[in-house]
Amino acid sequence: MTNYILRRLIGMIPVLFGITLISFFVIHLAPGKPTDVMTDLNPKVSQESRLKLAELYGFDKPVYEQYFVWLSRIVKLDFGASFLDGRRVADKIAERLPVTIGINLLSVILIFGAAIPIGVKGALHYGSIFDRVTTSAVFLMFSLPSFWVGLLAISFFGVQMGWLPVSGITSLDFASYSLWGKCVDIMRHLILPVVVTSIGGIAGISRYTRDRMIDVMNEDYIRTAVAKGLPKNKVISKHAVRNALMPVITIAGLMIPGLISGSVISETIFNIPGMGRLMVDAVFTRDYNLIMGELVIVTFLTLAGNFAADIVYALCDPRIKFGEKK
Amino acid sequence: MTLRSISQRQRLRTFLPQNNLKIIQEAIKKIPLFLIIAVFFLSVVFSAAYAGDKDNTPNCGDAFVFSSIGDARTLVPILASDAPSSEVAGMIFNGLVKYDEELNIVGDLARSWDIEDGGCTIIFHLRKGVKWHDGAPFTAKDVKFTYEKLIDPEVPTPYSGDFKKVKTFEVLDDHTIKVAYDRPFAPALSTWGMPVMPEHILKGRDLTKTSFSRCPIGTGPYMFKKWQVGSRIDLVSNPDYFEHEPYITRFIYRVIPDSDTMFLELLTKNIDIMAMTPLQYSRLSDTRQFKKNYNKYKLVPSSYSYLGFNLSSPFFSDTRVRQAINHAVDKKEIIDGVLLGLGEELTGPFLPGSWAYDKTVAPVSFEPAKARKLLAEAGWTDKDADGIVEKDGKKFEFTILTNLGNNQRISAAQIIQKRLMEIGIKAHIRVLEWTVFINEFINKKKFDAVLLGWNLSRDPDCYDIWHSSKTGPGEFNFLGYNNPEVDLLIEEGRGTFDIEKRKDAYHRIQRIIYDDAPCLFLYAPNGLAAVNNRFSGIKPSIIGLLYNFIDWYTPKGGELYEL
Repeated sequence: MTNYILRRLIGMIPVLFGITLISFFVIHLAPGKPTDVMTDLNPKVSQESRLKLAELYGFDKPVYEQYFVWLSRIVKLDFGASFLDGRRVADKIAERLPVTIGINLLSVILIFGAAIPIGVKGALHYGSIFDRVTTSAVFLMFSLPSFWVGLLAISFFGVQMGWLPVSGITSLDFASYSLWGKCVDIMRHLILPVVVTSIGGIAGISRYTRDRMIDVMNEDYIRTAVAKGLPKNKVISKHAVRNALMPVITIAGLMIPGLISGSVISETIFNIPGMGRLMVDAVFTRDYNLIMGELVIVTFLTLAGNFAADIVYALCDPRIKFGEKK
Repeated sequence: MTLRSISQRQRLRTFLPQNNLKIIQEAIKKIPLFLIIAVFFLSVVFSAAYAGDKDNTPNCGDAFVFSSIGDARTLVPILASDAPSSEVAGMIFNGLVKYDEELNIVGDLARSWDIEDGGCTIIFHLRKGVKWHDGAPFTAKDVKFTYEKLIDPEVPTPYSGDFKKVKTFEVLDDHTIKVAYDRPFAPALSTWGMPVMPEHILKGRDLTKTSFSRCPIGTGPYMFKKWQVGSRIDLVSNPDYFEHEPYITRFIYRVIPDSDTMFLELLTKNIDIMAMTPLQYSRLSDTRQFKKNYNKYKLVPSSYSYLGFNLSSPFFSDTRVRQAINHAVDKKEIIDGVLLGLGEELTGPFLPGSWAYDKTVAPVSFEPAKARKLLAEAGWTDKDADGIVEKDGKKFEFTILTNLGNNQRISAAQIIQKRLMEIGIKAHIRVLEWTVFINEFINKKKFDAVLLGWNLSRDPDCYDIWHSSKTGPGEFNFLGYNNPEVDLLIEEGRGTFDIEKRKDAYHRIQRIIYDDAPCLFLYAPNGLAAVNNRFSGIKPSIIGLLYNFIDWYTPKGGELYEL
């Protein structure tokens, strides 16, 4: 096992390196550079100042040279500074991460908390009214675009009813609230974004759970368990659900990079300063250092997520043994 | 006396219920009692009026919540190239001069100035007693420092161009500055509206890395307090501001990246001002509830959109073809369709309503028949009767390029496409991402026609956009406009400080350009804004709404926010 972990970890280094190399060159293939954003079609800016700007930041050098400059910094874990405001990339990411991770964690909890019971119940009462209603509801949820649901939800709960705040994560006078008031304020702000971002996930995972569960319930070992006289609750919780949820571990592993990458659409609608907006703005402004910084982190977490999923898999399923010859 | 008592009696009658009339009639007989009642009512009336007066005097307090699509990037003013950064920096800093509501240049940090040497030298006399937010005195050294940073090759400022024209910069004493130019340069005065930065804080610091960009210190009406990146910036009024302390104590700059969400925030009164789209202005806000809480303002346009032709393309090198297209496109239709009527038709590249804009240049008529005639004169006729005109065997078929993200432009292009088809010209539309558009198509001149916009600057100098020397790669006369007469007039216009002479030059330029039709002036959208109606003192002008923000106030008792 240790041997396997080590090998996997060492194997990740060339992959990470390769991804940064390819990304760096692809990003530079896109026309334009960060300084253009400051100067494009601004008649106050002369061509001379524009060339001067590009030179100051080293954009006149060949791409491979720029890549080595970047690489020599990154191995020291220095992500460099954003071209737009001169702030360190690490700082910019650090101030956005907590919000994004918080919202995504909450929505993952909501997704699994809601989807698994819905799926299991649907499978156990296959063909019942509950099953048919949830199936249609889930298809509806799956096909509704989140920006539209988001705006409708804001309009109804925030404007018409006035129950929840419209956008942002804190109220205007947040700083003057008591600790409890602050908690309540943040919670109230998070309800809509968390629920709306979870809708698609709940729909997907609950379908997935339901189908797996139906398969498992038809397996021989379930019949055996029932035949030997185990109570129904025990059959379901101990034998059926456990086996049905094994693949969910893989899905959870794949969700780890999603935890930090954030969603541009819901962040924009709910006005949440998170990672998604940071990344998209960086792409549109060709802020190379920031794009690369985010890419490295997301890549690393994707690899780590897959890796963690494999390990957990091995721990949960005694049949899987890595690196041990039979 | 009698007249007065009659009117008082009438007033009493209106004040009191009918069944009391008899009592009053009796009371009138007993004059002393009547007098007491009259005095009582009058005093009520007067005190109410007096209280109303008192309510309406400006008083300090409340907060103003501004809304913006984007967050500021840096508050080092000479590095700020985006609108949010400039807006926030504008509240914190002052330049030497500024524009007033009638578009005259007036003193800001400069008390006055003399123009000498036939316009080659400007001597600024600075205000005395102005203090930076940290209490240090503002002097000529700060201006010198700012100027040196602007021309420093190590400082990545996009504004160095204007300041490189300065030949010498001298500090005569703590409050006097002498700036000399090689030749008279009329826009020079307005370039000194560039915010001045404090030398005592920034000396020897790298402007791109300094923490100053996140906690600036200026001389302006508002002082920086706090910045929550991506969501809001808090400013607080400067009690020592040299004009007067602003009445509104807190200025909160909220970032809301989605226009629909912003509108919903407006409906719930969480923001106090919003720049609206035509749809929001004319339809979505047309409710009683909205009008109860907000005043809407329609402002003078600050930009215009145009269909620009590549003048070296074989299609558009002939003036008659461009004029034909000008006659074939109905601008009114575009303004109604795209801006719901909330825009103006322009006949030249100057700010409508400013002294440089010539109102007497009449817009060309919408006449497809005339357009077809002009096309035929230029040799474009439909010989094979397929609906598209040709010349020398080549069909008139071209592509309009525009940028992604501006739906008004895309809709306008579609309307133009349809109108051009009617005169036998086939236009395609291609929508491109901004940086790709600029780098691959504009800078390399790989286009037939573009649908783009220009800001209408407050100074009419248009050298960079229309002078024939500005057609190089990355320069702004990418249409390739070249008219020696216009070149001369542009140089004349920027070479004198005499407003009358400048006015003549720009009026002439406008007429020539409009007639040459290197581009179609399509529409100039009105600025549309809603402001919470608890604020008084708002006076919309040609330079917008917020220019007199320090005079805005909430009448006592109407405040929404506590301090």
